[in-house]
Amino acid sequence: MGYEVLFNGKNMERILVGLGVTLEIAVFSVLISMIVGTIFGVIMSSKNRLVVLIGRIYIETIRIIPILVWLFIFYFGLTKLIGVHIDSFIISVVVFSMWGVAEMGDIVRGAITSIPKHQIESGRAIGLRDIQIYMYIIIPQSIKRMIPSAINLTTRMIKTTSLVALIGVIEVLKVGQQIIESSLFNNPSAPLWVYAFISGLYFIICFPVSTLSKKLETRWGD
Amino acid sequence: MKKYKFILTLSMILVLIAGIVSGCGVNKTNKEDSKSKSSIQKIKESGKVRIGVFSDKAPFGYIDENGRPQGYDVYFGKRIAKDLLGDENAVEFVSVEAASRVEFLETNKIDILLANFTVTDERKEKVDFALPYMKVALGIASPDSNPITSIDQLKGKKLIVNKGTTAETYFMKNYPEIELLKYDENTEAFNALLDKRGDAIAHDNTLLYAWVKKHKGFSTSMDSLGQIDTIAPAVKKGDKELLDWINQEIEKLGEENFFHNAYKSTLLPFYGDIVDPESIVVEGGKVEK
Repeated sequence: MGYEVLFNGKNMERILVGLGVTLEIAVFSVLISMIVGTIFGVIMSSKNRLVVLIGRIYIETIRIIPILVWLFIFYFGLTKLIGVHIDSFIISVVVFSMWGVAEMGDIVRGAITSIPKHQIESGRAIGLRDIQIYMYIIIPQSIKRMIPSAINLTTRMIKTTSLVALIGVIEVLKVGQQIIESSLFNNPSAPLWVYAFISGLYFIICFPVSTLSKKLETRWGD
Repeated sequence: MKKYKFILTLSMILVLIAGIVSGCGVNKTNKEDSKSKSSIQKIKESGKVRIGVFSDKAPFGYIDENGRPQGYDVYFGKRIAKDLLGDENAVEFVSVEAASRVEFLETNKIDILLANFTVTDERKEKVDFALPYMKVALGIASPDSNPITSIDQLKGKKLIVNKGTTAETYFMKNYPEIELLKYDENTEAFNALLDKRGDAIAHDNTLLYAWVKKHKGFSTSMDSLGQIDTIAPAVKKGDKELLDWINQEIEKLGEENFFHNAYKSTLLPFYGDIVDPESIVVEGGKVEK
């Protein structure tokens, strides 16, 4: 039949371990992105032109250069530059966090700046301090506006982790390719079953996340 | 409000500076350390040799169903570990990709590269090659329904290659008019041929023989493009000590017919009798073309 390739030897265990690696990279990166990205977004909504310019340069640099190139720059370039070997898993988390911080920062900045100015002015008029305006007016509304986009970013990060195989991280897709390659000679239908199963795993992880995003968007829609 | 943002910005900048400074501190000691010790001494101190191999290129370097590295290159790698460190398990096989395998060597991520690495003049500028342990030529595999028996037939068709391989270099240099479909990984490339995304695949003939044997409807329609090349271990440029050790090892292994035994253990089950071992195996680093 062909599907038995998934259950030969330790293949299933290996796929699940690979999935664990994928999720570890994604979860660490998402957490760092959410926390640091929110701070970055607040800074980016500043009136200080220099701060905004530096932030803009960072965001555009991260966006313009492909993630794969960033992985190579950090994994190989950094070692050449400073002579220290940093584990490929750590590099993966760093690069994905950098990307996530840039994207999340832009989402937060967009959410903050989209709040009508008259609300902030009204807050000032009734005697609220800047910190109170942030706590009671800006942040609650910003969260509503940015959560769907932030969740969307999470699913994008999970799916993009497959690139880390090129710097030696054995994640779920790479494990799949190894299984296909070792059984391709005896089982030509191996790619179909292995890729279908891995697609299913990605679906199981990403579908609930994107469903949550849609629900929140509907509930909080203007 | 401005005060809070200023403090926030300042603290992030300070964290960044601290990170850079501490990073630089680490690297200095590392560089000084690496200059004072020889590569073999460092390998012996670490207790394991790091060897770069493919993990998705059967029958040369792949992972079996129990998660263990196998293949011709792996067989040789284990013997290197045994003779260098006294234990064939004192080896860490690092999974590399064709497109980035040189960088793994250049940046000390691995000590030796055994990833089915064809010797070329271009690569000699970046790495030091030891004596060869295998012969190879470029081949083309195509469907029996539409066989590619000459390069002229490829014009107007799509040829599948792997990035960073001699096949890619050969066609880009000699036949720039042929459209190439490039893939990072071997598995992707062969799947592209199965899915008819390309009309043929150019790869090492040694790999094609094994693949077509198990895939009905495909054959190695051209099995020797250009010249016969050799495959050899590679070390970091300038690492003469490790290079000399590997060369001596290959010469010594030649006396016991090691690579013919490696062929029997790892390649014969894949090739059967369709390939003459003498067309692949190089014993003792001596190439008889």
